[in-house]
Amino acid sequence: MKNFVKALLGSAAVAMFAVPASAATLDDVKAKGHVQCGVNTGLIGFSAPDDQGNWKGLDVDFCRAVAAAIFDDPEAVQFTPLSAKDRFTALQSGEVDVLSRNTTWTISRDTALGLNFAGVTYYDGQGFMINAKKLQGINSALQLSGAAVCVQAGTTTELNLADYFKANNMEYSPVVFEKFEEVNAAYDAGRCDVYTTDQSGLYAVRLNLTNPDDHIVLPEIISKEPLGPVVRHGDDQWLDIVKWVYYALVNAEELGVSQANLEEKMNSDNPEVRRLLGTEDGSKLGTDLGLTNDFAVRAIKHVGNYGEIFERNVGADSPLKISRGINALWTKGGLQYGMPIR
Amino acid sequence: MATPQSTVEGAAPRVPLFYDPRVRGIAYQVLVFAGLVALIYWIIGNTSANLQRANIASGFDFLQGRAGFDIGDSLVEYSSDSTYGRALFVGFLNTLRVAIIGILTATIIGFIIGIGRLSKNWLINRICLVYVEVFRNIPPLLVIFFWYFGVLSVLPSPRESIDLPLGSYLNSRGLYFPRFLWGEGAWLVLLGLVLGLVFAFFVRRWAHKRQMTTGEQFPVFWTSAGLIVGLPLLAFIVTGLPLSFEFPALSTFNLQGGIQVRPEFLALYLALSFYTAAFIAEIVRAGVLGVSHGQSEAAQALGLRSGQSMRLVIIPQALRIIIPPLTSQYLNLTKNSSLAVAIGYPDLVATGGTTLNQTGQAIEVVAIWLVVYLGLSLGTAALMNWYNARMALVER
Repeated sequence: MKNFVKALLGSAAVAMFAVPASAATLDDVKAKGHVQCGVNTGLIGFSAPDDQGNWKGLDVDFCRAVAAAIFDDPEAVQFTPLSAKDRFTALQSGEVDVLSRNTTWTISRDTALGLNFAGVTYYDGQGFMINAKKLQGINSALQLSGAAVCVQAGTTTELNLADYFKANNMEYSPVVFEKFEEVNAAYDAGRCDVYTTDQSGLYAVRLNLTNPDDHIVLPEIISKEPLGPVVRHGDDQWLDIVKWVYYALVNAEELGVSQANLEEKMNSDNPEVRRLLGTEDGSKLGTDLGLTNDFAVRAIKHVGNYGEIFERNVGADSPLKISRGINALWTKGGLQYGMPIR
Repeated sequence: MATPQSTVEGAAPRVPLFYDPRVRGIAYQVLVFAGLVALIYWIIGNTSANLQRANIASGFDFLQGRAGFDIGDSLVEYSSDSTYGRALFVGFLNTLRVAIIGILTATIIGFIIGIGRLSKNWLINRICLVYVEVFRNIPPLLVIFFWYFGVLSVLPSPRESIDLPLGSYLNSRGLYFPRFLWGEGAWLVLLGLVLGLVFAFFVRRWAHKRQMTTGEQFPVFWTSAGLIVGLPLLAFIVTGLPLSFEFPALSTFNLQGGIQVRPEFLALYLALSFYTAAFIAEIVRAGVLGVSHGQSEAAQALGLRSGQSMRLVIIPQALRIIIPPLTSQYLNLTKNSSLAVAIGYPDLVATGGTTLNQTGQAIEVVAIWLVVYLGLSLGTAALMNWYNARMALVER
């Protein structure tokens, strides 16, 4: 009896004090030896496994860059494929360390959901795709009144769609699925007339349809969709790390530092390049971040600068062939602007 | 007899309270209860502390917020301007709709198949056996996929709809019926229907009473049918046929007008009905076989025809065996309806999931799910228990 009471009180006491001591995410990541990264279940160009089962894409490469900056190893990352509906819960509950899953930056996600966006790795906008062969004569989204529209549940897309049709006094019948693959299958099977998601996503989806050439993306872009990596609220150091890995990649492109010429640039005299690569004497820029001074070198060495990541996954070197557009550097008329590293 | 006992009691040394089994029993219960309360208190405290630390909003205020998303299938008025609470209510009604219609259909199919399994006709018997073995041994999710992807999604596009009788159409977007548009005076028809039902009820009571006292029978079925159909029909003719139809017609994209039954609902409803019917069939068979053979022999000896002996002797007794396991099948069907999320039918789990994702209030939404499903299940169980008590053998 006494032992029983002791055991009971003891376990109660342990439970009282066992409020999960939320160690810094960086320490957790270092302790387990890899970054746990939440990605899309299969969006070509952003995050999809290739035929050998390796994850490929812009969102995936960003996670690899973070892993490389910490561990000097782009393979020190594990991917958790998440549906649109599960992604925030997975991040909030600590199942993933960073969510890099074409996620739109909005105020409510930043506040009420307890998240922090680290930057915008891809500026996108929502569009519509239709089967031009079946629906001849339709060349504008304003002709879509009465259509059945396929959309993924729990996305900003779903909300923009409702707003757009309401604002233009049009009717539609939503066909909503939880999983990306289910939406694709339903559209391909003709369950709905229109597919709506971010425009980059439409191009990616089109590649996998039965007859890709039958489908056209309508010209209207109905929303702003700034997509970027997300972390949990409350760990400033981890937010800084994710944020500055991204800025380092953008700055590297601006300064002309690439995977190919990295060795050569290590001896550069340009003070900006020296600060980025941590070769400046007595520099503490990287260690102040909680990493090493060569964190940017590690990231660039393994995955390349922002421009290289873009071209490889969604740009000219990929099946998607999306032009840089507003995702060009600010020096070239785009919106990608790396904060100064100094 | 009292003396030896009292001496023993008086002589016994005073037992410390600690060793009194009664006191100890209570003490254990109090301890366990206190531990449980402490645990719950700790879980709630820990959760709210963690939510606060992570800056995640909590509370049920979000139910008043504008939902912003549309729902394809709704029994009540709903638009993207409605609240999250309304969206959840729409989902709840959709769950309820598929559960109730599914339960009715599954019961009917189940009884037919179950009786068919007992048939002496070899072909009927085997067909029912195959039905039961096929549907009982496939996971319900696959049955749903079978109906959705295997049957409904291969139907033709709206432009090549299959014409059904009475101005109905079937295509990959669902089943379309003409809509009844009631004109002036239509309430009289409804009144006729209600009156017909009430009269039929009283006729049945009166006939039962008369048969009990005089032994004379009265054609209750035909009289009731006449009242229930005849009175509304009379009102319908008197008010000058106040009924017109709105037929579905092809527009740019879909068939417009009429009533649309979406394929997501059809797939879920058919799958749940067919799946659960396989279990109900076995329960019905067990129930009928559970009534001893002597009962049907006794019924025959009394001169009852086979239909009468089934209806008056076998089924009432079989029901006592059937109802309790039937209840759990009804609960299963209701709970399985949450598989709707796999094919995009907007049930409570689907609309709740979207709400959860847009507001991030996971704990609150999950709590609502739990409470609603628990309430539905307890409600069904209470109803079935009441029915069971009515059907139970009354011993006099």
